[in-house]
Amino acid sequence: MNQDLVGREFPPTAPYLVGREKVREFARAVFADAPQHTDVEAARAAGFADVVAPPTFAMVVQDQTLQQLLAEPDSGIVLARTIHAEQRFAYTRPIVAGDELTGRLTVTGIRMMGGNAMITSQAEITDAEGGHVVTATSVLLVGSEEGGA
Amino acid sequence: MPFTVGDLVAERTVHLTRESLVRYAGASGDFNPIHYRDDVAAAVGLPGVLAHGMLTMGIASSVVVAALDPAARIIDYGVRFTKPVVVDPETGADVHVVATVGAVDEDAARIDLKVTSGEATVLVKAQLRVAV
Repeated sequence: MNQDLVGREFPPTAPYLVGREKVREFARAVFADAPQHTDVEAARAAGFADVVAPPTFAMVVQDQTLQQLLAEPDSGIVLARTIHAEQRFAYTRPIVAGDELTGRLTVTGIRMMGGNAMITSQAEITDAEGGHVVTATSVLLVGSEEGGA
Repeated sequence: MPFTVGDLVAERTVHLTRESLVRYAGASGDFNPIHYRDDVAAAVGLPGVLAHGMLTMGIASSVVVAALDPAARIIDYGVRFTKPVVVDPETGADVHVVATVGAVDEDAARIDLKVTSGEATVLVKAQLRVAV
């Protein structure tokens, strides 16, 4: 595994505009039936500007940042041998429809375990004003060439 | 909402089918074929088509959020993926979520999630903290 990746920072992703129907679609897909995810009036009554995305919706933006990492010619990450080992989100506020979100990825650590590599990366997701929304941290386990993952 | 350590916050069983996986693929943009193609899953040595780990994680938080006040603020949420959820083409799979209060301090309640499918624990260290 390429230890030079540690500390590498990627350019911000293109702004992602969170659509109301996308939030509803995602909520349905994760069986999120609380009214603030789909009902604008319920969301406003709870103090939000528009429908509220379920907590794991941040993955949609984080995924764009991970694609940047996978596209690095020297990453050494082979998708077929990679499994998602761990995921964390730290929120300043929930994502709501109308947000324009940008992700900025940093590789924060690589730990070798046997022939496997545990790669930790952190995506800082901010809104159009530059305010912090959520930090998404992923641990990817990349299996050794011989053993597979 | 007052939280007391040990209290049950929510419990739910969600039945997943292949349609659920295709729906999540479309909603999330994760089109890895191991989540909808038996031939690809078999070729990479998997026991069958698997639910996306992020779908399982998303279902677990949905169960908690539905039980909270709509204005409740989630501070953080994290899981480790241990066992995959194999979704049979005919019978699907059940994901069972039990959420209990694990700890409470001045700022937050930690909600611990037990997420199983059949006998297998599919997420570990699954914890969601909500502001109090």
